[in-house]
Amino acid sequence: MQYEEILHRCFRCGYCKLPGNYVDFNCPPYQAFRFETYSPGGRMWLLRAWLDNKIELTDRLQEIIFSCVNCGNCMAHCTFPKFKDQLLPAFTAAKAELVNAGRVPPVIRDCLTRLYQSGNAYGRSPKKREQWTRGIEIERFGNQDYLFFVGDVGAFDTRGQEIARSVVRCLKANGISFGLLGAAEISDGNEAGAMGETELFRHLAEKNIQTFNALGVRQIITLSPHGFHVIKNEYPRLGGNYQVFHYSQILAPVLQKTAFRTDLPPVRVTYHDSCYLGRHNLEYGSARKMLSAVPGLELVEMERNFQNALCCGGGGGNVFTGIIGSGLDTAARARVREALASGAQVLAVACPQCAVMLADAVKVENLDGRLEVRELSEIVNSRFEAK
Amino acid sequence: MKELYRELATIVGPEYVSDQAEERYIYSMDPGTMPPAAPDLVVMPNSTEEVRRIMQAANRHRIPVVPLGAGLVLSGLSRALHGGIILDMKRMNRILEINEMSRYALVEAGASQGMLQAHLKKHHPGLKHSAPDAPPVATIAGNVSIHGSGHISHAHGFHSDMLNGLEVVLPTGEVVRIGSCATSDYWFARAPLPDLAGLFLGWAGTTGIITKLAIKLYPNHRFNDVGVFVSEDPELVPDILHRMTGTQMAEDITAWMTPKPDWARGFLHCNINYGANTKDELIWKRNLIRASVKDYIDRKIAGFMPLPSAMKAPFLDVPGRILTRFADVRKGGGFEYVGAIMPVELFPTAYHRGLEIAEQAAVSYSLGARVIGINHCMMFFYAYAFNRADDADVRRAQQALEETNRAVVDMGGIPWKAELPAQKEILRKMDPNMVALMTRIRAVLDPNGIMNPGNWEVD
Repeated sequence: MQYEEILHRCFRCGYCKLPGNYVDFNCPPYQAFRFETYSPGGRMWLLRAWLDNKIELTDRLQEIIFSCVNCGNCMAHCTFPKFKDQLLPAFTAAKAELVNAGRVPPVIRDCLTRLYQSGNAYGRSPKKREQWTRGIEIERFGNQDYLFFVGDVGAFDTRGQEIARSVVRCLKANGISFGLLGAAEISDGNEAGAMGETELFRHLAEKNIQTFNALGVRQIITLSPHGFHVIKNEYPRLGGNYQVFHYSQILAPVLQKTAFRTDLPPVRVTYHDSCYLGRHNLEYGSARKMLSAVPGLELVEMERNFQNALCCGGGGGNVFTGIIGSGLDTAARARVREALASGAQVLAVACPQCAVMLADAVKVENLDGRLEVRELSEIVNSRFEAK
Repeated sequence: MKELYRELATIVGPEYVSDQAEERYIYSMDPGTMPPAAPDLVVMPNSTEEVRRIMQAANRHRIPVVPLGAGLVLSGLSRALHGGIILDMKRMNRILEINEMSRYALVEAGASQGMLQAHLKKHHPGLKHSAPDAPPVATIAGNVSIHGSGHISHAHGFHSDMLNGLEVVLPTGEVVRIGSCATSDYWFARAPLPDLAGLFLGWAGTTGIITKLAIKLYPNHRFNDVGVFVSEDPELVPDILHRMTGTQMAEDITAWMTPKPDWARGFLHCNINYGANTKDELIWKRNLIRASVKDYIDRKIAGFMPLPSAMKAPFLDVPGRILTRFADVRKGGGFEYVGAIMPVELFPTAYHRGLEIAEQAAVSYSLGARVIGINHCMMFFYAYAFNRADDADVRRAQQALEETNRAVVDMGGIPWKAELPAQKEILRKMDPNMVALMTRIRAVLDPNGIMNPGNWEVD
């Protein structure tokens, strides 16, 4: 297994379980299950034991390995320099080992099968990828400045589609020139890679790169931070070199000159840092800049923010597989409780996956009417001055 | 065991009890050198009532119970030596009360050092608790129960000295309150009642399960600083510590020596941490500390190391993240130490013996001592790093630890949170009537012998 030489070096000191300010546990699977086995250190030692034939590869061990949601909290807070950078790659390598051995939990297998067969994590026909655009006019990519890459959640999830439409409206209202791939778009491959299916990732990424290159794409705006991360950081090693932006990075500067309504009641908003914007790419400013451009919004911070942000629990494919469940201590439920405790009325997100996870958690926690999960552009659009 | 499993699942919920191989493996050991001993079950209670019912069930089935905090003791005290249940207490991590006026915190047994630190910083910034050098996931109850010490132990003693009261579930399932909380709603002190807290401190979880505890809090200074006083002669250290502690200006004084990096080898560094509410007060304290050792400075046989701010930061970090990195000295994820509680005058002997043992055993080491109280004693640490993947290296560290434990006992010190072999060394030298009393107390509290059996037992 790749990285197996580092597994024994984990001391299991537990910094990886916490945010930098120590307020609570911050590792989604550990927070959800509470057994040490689900902590990053526990996972490292179990992997070592499995490779040393001290334990068997059981269904539970598979679940433990695949419960990592790739949030990157462990890498951010491990105290061992250099070693810390290899934590997530090691966990992904372990998943890859299990994928190659054909020993993965059924929910993972099914998700990977859908990605393989349909090019998206929902198993939907590629022809339906454009359905989210119904009712709004968007051009196919041609000679515009940017390609808008919507991703699976924006294309197929009902809530994701609302968000995609909202972002498109906001981009258009601010004069951004962009086009779509339509049915030619397939999964960005990020979740396939995060679930250890490296060949499937390569297949999806290469196919997208071929499409991008054939159309002369140079600049890409992504709806999803997951897509932003993988196209920006992983596609170059497969020959796909583009200028990649998350939509918040495009909108933040232009919104500073936008005219907003000033007659609406004030709203207290807290922003949930997406892992793939924040910890993975150190992009913390654009979303906050978008929100601060809007009059009448009071931005309050949760205890866990920036590098200390608690993940929504949706990464590593969990938004599709639900492998860490929906129990009381799951990350999404803990996160909406934390948002409520901040005094916010609105929990702002920059990621469709976070939106889906957190909106579900609001329902389960019975917070409807007290806390609303809204995506950034939805908040912005609701306060545009009518022209 | 299946019947007990079903009972426990009813008590804590099926998702918080496991008999699976993965949990049995991970909970069979800690990061130190002691060999694994697997439990049959791992259980995570969420309330005192659940602990009470678990203890009743364990008694009925005559199944051992081993309480566990963060599992960072390093000396293997939380291993299930005779199988049975590991009781992982970390779900019980609520901070129940901060009494700002009487300066105490009431917490559940699974509350971590980091959580309390963060809670105080946010809600009571004028207060702090004494944090050990352990990582912030370490539990407060675990550290108090082993007589731990921390970053204000020079000023205030062992963490068990800072204990105001306990709630304990006895091995037979009764819930007992100890200290002022036994007769009052306030958890302000252990005095003036008979002090039964000692029945649960230093016993390695062999007498009951702590479920709640109150600890003292202290003023959190606005300004903090550190000085590092360096000498080459270990013979001078007791007097240096005696002079500095006599000023009562510092909160923490720790001497240390590490052979790496090369420039540090052989130099004894004395970190003096102190705080104040104004800059003037800080300077005044610094001057008094300096004055106490002026004689050594004038004679040019010791002196303060010039420290730029960037170098001070790791020494002011609470807990010190950098300390954990010792585990990677051999690129092997392991270290363990003997923490010897001993009189300060034994520093030179302890130091020389430590060097001999470490160099003879060819282990990577770090030596030093934290002063407890106003030179009332010290916790002399002999830390040995090892490569977990190299059995021979682990054995070398084990042997060095065992030899150190023997040396400490022979010197007149007592190994703290002693591993099983060190417990035997201590019992060998202990007053036989104390051993007999300990045995009688355990028999009364734990008639079925289910509490962490194997520890503190006479052969």
